[in-house]
Amino acid sequence: MSIKVRIPTPLQKLTQGKTEVETEGKDIRELIENLEKNFPGIKERICDEKGNVRRFINIYVNEEDVRFLQLDKTSLKDGDEISIIPAIAGG
Amino acid sequence: MKLREDQIERYSRQIILPNIGGKGQEKLLNAKVLIIGAGGLGSPCALYLASAGIGKIGIVDSDAVELNNLQRQVLHSTKDVGRPKVESAKDRVNSINPEVEIIPYKMRLTSENILGIIKDYDIIVDGSDNFPTRYLVNDACVFSKKPLSHGGIFRFDGQAITILPGEGACYRCLFPEPPPPGLVPSCQEAGILGAVAGVIGTIQANEALKYILGIGELLTGRLLIFNALDSSFRQVKVPRDPNCLVCSEHPTITKLIDYEEFCQLRRKE
Repeated sequence: MSIKVRIPTPLQKLTQGKTEVETEGKDIRELIENLEKNFPGIKERICDEKGNVRRFINIYVNEEDVRFLQLDKTSLKDGDEISIIPAIAGG
Repeated sequence: MKLREDQIERYSRQIILPNIGGKGQEKLLNAKVLIIGAGGLGSPCALYLASAGIGKIGIVDSDAVELNNLQRQVLHSTKDVGRPKVESAKDRVNSINPEVEIIPYKMRLTSENILGIIKDYDIIVDGSDNFPTRYLVNDACVFSKKPLSHGGIFRFDGQAITILPGEGACYRCLFPEPPPPGLVPSCQEAGILGAVAGVIGTIQANEALKYILGIGELLTGRLLIFNALDSSFRQVKVPRDPNCLVCSEHPTITKLIDYEEFCQLRRKE
């Protein structure tokens, strides 16, 4: 199983500058845990203290926002592409 | 309204487009667009809207031109350093198209003044540079049912979405709340490639033109994501949130909020 995760610019410091990483996970929760194993510190940037995805960051499976699927229980399959997209405010 | 000879000449390259024509040009000449921020996004947006013949353009910005703005804020010139951006913007726009009426607003938007300003315009373009203003603008546009083109940039990334209140998702359907102070690098500390501002600001101008002309498909219900390093454009779906804090049937936010300004660099000014 291989799932591609697009890393947003603000988190690329934690992935040694990588814009995309490959990982695994049966659902979003497991995927985030696996990201954390490979890139320590990334989980607390994505999730709050309770483990919920922060309100100014969205996670998409392909084109779909997991908030409108099953949140962190959204199941994943081989070949899915995950995007982590934070709000940005510059102008 | 009948187009004059010089107007037909000036706008001929867009009048000949099948979806625009003389009728479309008249719509543009009668349109009123408010641009929030005369910075990286507002600059290209204002230039294209003015060139296209938008009748009235309001520009909101409280700042003066600084030398470090010129790398991306193409409305302003070296000789403008120190001048209010709204004045510099007015001069530049009118040098391209003297027919455009520019309404300068040299102020910061607040919960007190925003509703009175946006009510005179057909569509709002948000090119501001901070979260408090962005959420204020979204909420005010939802309350006033004003179309809003949202654009944001950060380093090599850009985002754009068009909000038609009541019809499609609003910015809070996408991101319910701004990040708390200090968690997201914002404003000047993050850095930005000028061309990224050009891409997104131009997309916002394009959205405003399409809305006024009533042509094409607006960026409603989807977020456009641009990355300059791999030159990629992607889109993700943005459904209306049935629990949206501001635009759902049972909103919990019913008044405008002045969020705390949290950009440390700005606070020192």
